[in-house]
Amino acid sequence: MLAAILSLTILGAVLGTVLGFANRFFQVEGNPLVEEIEALMPGSNCGQCGFPGCAGAAAAIAAGQASPTCCPPGGRSLAVTIAQRLGVSVELGGAEDPGPLVADIDESICIGCTRCIRACPTDAILGGPKQIHNVMRDSCSGCAQCIDQCPTEAMVMQPLPVTLQQWFWPKPALRA
Amino acid sequence: MGILDRFLRTARFSGGVHPDDHKRPAADAPLRVMPPPARLYVPLVQHIGSPARAIVAVGDHVRKGQRIGEPQGAVSAAIHAPTSGRVNAIGDIVAPHPSGLPVRGITIASDGRDEWCELETCDDPFALDPAEIGRRVARAGVVGLGGAAFPSAVKISGGLGARVDLLIINASECEPFLSCDDRLMRDRAAESVDGIAIMLHATGAREARIGIEDNKPEAIAAMRAAVAGHARIRVEVIPTRYPMGSEKHLILVLTGREVPAEGRPSDIGVVVHNVGTAVAVRNAVRFGRPLVSRMVTVNGACVRQPGNVEVPIGTLAGEVLAFCGGLRAEHGGPARLLLGGPMTGMQVPTLEVPVIKGTGGILVLDAAEVGEGEGDGSPCIRCGDCMRACPVGLLPLEIAARVRAGEVDAAARFGLADCIACGCCAYVCPSRIPLVQYFHHAKGELAARARGTQRNETIRTLTRAKAERVEREEREKAEALARRAAASLAAAAAAKQPAAVAEKAVEDASEEAGVCA
Repeated sequence: MLAAILSLTILGAVLGTVLGFANRFFQVEGNPLVEEIEALMPGSNCGQCGFPGCAGAAAAIAAGQASPTCCPPGGRSLAVTIAQRLGVSVELGGAEDPGPLVADIDESICIGCTRCIRACPTDAILGGPKQIHNVMRDSCSGCAQCIDQCPTEAMVMQPLPVTLQQWFWPKPALRA
Repeated sequence: MGILDRFLRTARFSGGVHPDDHKRPAADAPLRVMPPPARLYVPLVQHIGSPARAIVAVGDHVRKGQRIGEPQGAVSAAIHAPTSGRVNAIGDIVAPHPSGLPVRGITIASDGRDEWCELETCDDPFALDPAEIGRRVARAGVVGLGGAAFPSAVKISGGLGARVDLLIINASECEPFLSCDDRLMRDRAAESVDGIAIMLHATGAREARIGIEDNKPEAIAAMRAAVAGHARIRVEVIPTRYPMGSEKHLILVLTGREVPAEGRPSDIGVVVHNVGTAVAVRNAVRFGRPLVSRMVTVNGACVRQPGNVEVPIGTLAGEVLAFCGGLRAEHGGPARLLLGGPMTGMQVPTLEVPVIKGTGGILVLDAAEVGEGEGDGSPCIRCGDCMRACPVGLLPLEIAARVRAGEVDAAARFGLADCIACGCCAYVCPSRIPLVQYFHHAKGELAARARGTQRNETIRTLTRAKAERVEREEREKAEALARRAAASLAAAAAAKQPAAVAEKAVEDASEEAGVCA
């Protein structure tokens, strides 16, 4: 017993030291632009962009392989911020922007299993075991990771409702 | 005084327009007081800032002036019951807003008695501490009655953090069609001046100047007579030109000082209040009466008996019109419904919206007054009329061209933030381009983007917080596990040790025994 613990500890310490030195001396310089873009992204690694997490998407955007608009939870404002940083123009599309989608819970079928709570990367879901859960809209990043967790399909993604404080005049329609 | 003075004042700001004022005959009709209708719809947000929180329940009996909405946050205002009755519902009502979106509100069924709750009166407001006056004004839910509905207490009790040496009372009422301030000054001049004196005491300003446009001779005469005994309050006659009632332009004309771009009047030691607000402050401080009614101008070619009416807050616009004799069907009938004036007011889709604290007018215009026609929104011919009309000195045509092309940031670089949305540019535009709508859209777009950035930042913080928490929990779990492992190891070692000690003791004993033997 003692011998096993000692040998494993020593092995771990030696390997750890080797790895630590390797990290210091063989480190590959990351693209600072990628890091900068990654810092702008939501960081919930939801994968809706089709890349492996926010770091992957940031690398693809920096390499010019993905558009700044590829992040659905980030939405328009993120696209504009990234485009400004990269100095590129971004086509936001003339189509109606439904705004960010956020999770919503159908309280009549929620069974209070807390699976969505554990999956939520921003702690936006409120509730406890066998209690009806609820989503705090302001904190929901729209990553949709909770949707697949729900055993009763009580979770849906919905656009944020427009409130009086947020409404603004549409752009005047152009005359034909 | 005289022609030279008038010329100098007019020259102080460039731009502006002279629309037909349409103020008479409504301004000359005597003031009417409307009794509370059977049902009142009181929105919980009638001001700039956070909505109030309902503090009554459905079925509760309320009395007139009883607080039913508690202010939330630093910039907010209390809401009071406009009459006595029963709370019928707390929920969504149609907002007096062009979007037609719902707003949370309290519906009160009047019991017809209109009885006040107990009020805290004060015989000598000038003996009160300025901070106490601010508190009383806040308790009464008074907001600026000129239209912007900014909570007045914040401006009165020095909440803006700057020393104020000049109090300006905005009684210019430059919007066409509106005459509620004019009527208020004619009929309640003494009350207005008393309110101004209380505000003067509360703000600590050296003097107060009341700016009235020269198209209201009766109001000027009444106010001059009322200020006779007050050395520190002066009536100033200013030329009639739209937008004279814009806070920054009024300050410029009265003092020659300019409020810095994107700044506030308090930056140059000035605070501006509407004359109607002065009366509301007086009622709040002297009689403890909250703001539960206001003067509304009902005007437009389609109104049978245009005039000024004192309306309980929460009365539906349609009921106010019915009180004024209803609508005329001649000239093609109503073409447009407006709350507020025709230049900055809001077009509303229905008359089933309540009068709120910021509603200065209900206008029902016919087709001739709306004046829509052929060629609306044709291309810009770059005549530059909008540029000459702009009282802020912006280039409306350039800003609108950029907004039209979707370049909101470029529009912002042309000074969009300083646009006061007065509508002078759209008023003079020969192509009748909806310039102000472009500006409103662009400002909304910029605000939405700022909100989006804020949201992304919050979410980033939350994501990091959760990741850290999960990591910490795992580390703690691992540490606890390690501790437990170490503890069991120690226990095992301890179990072995006593055995060793015992063996040694036996050995010692045998040795001793050997020695002895």
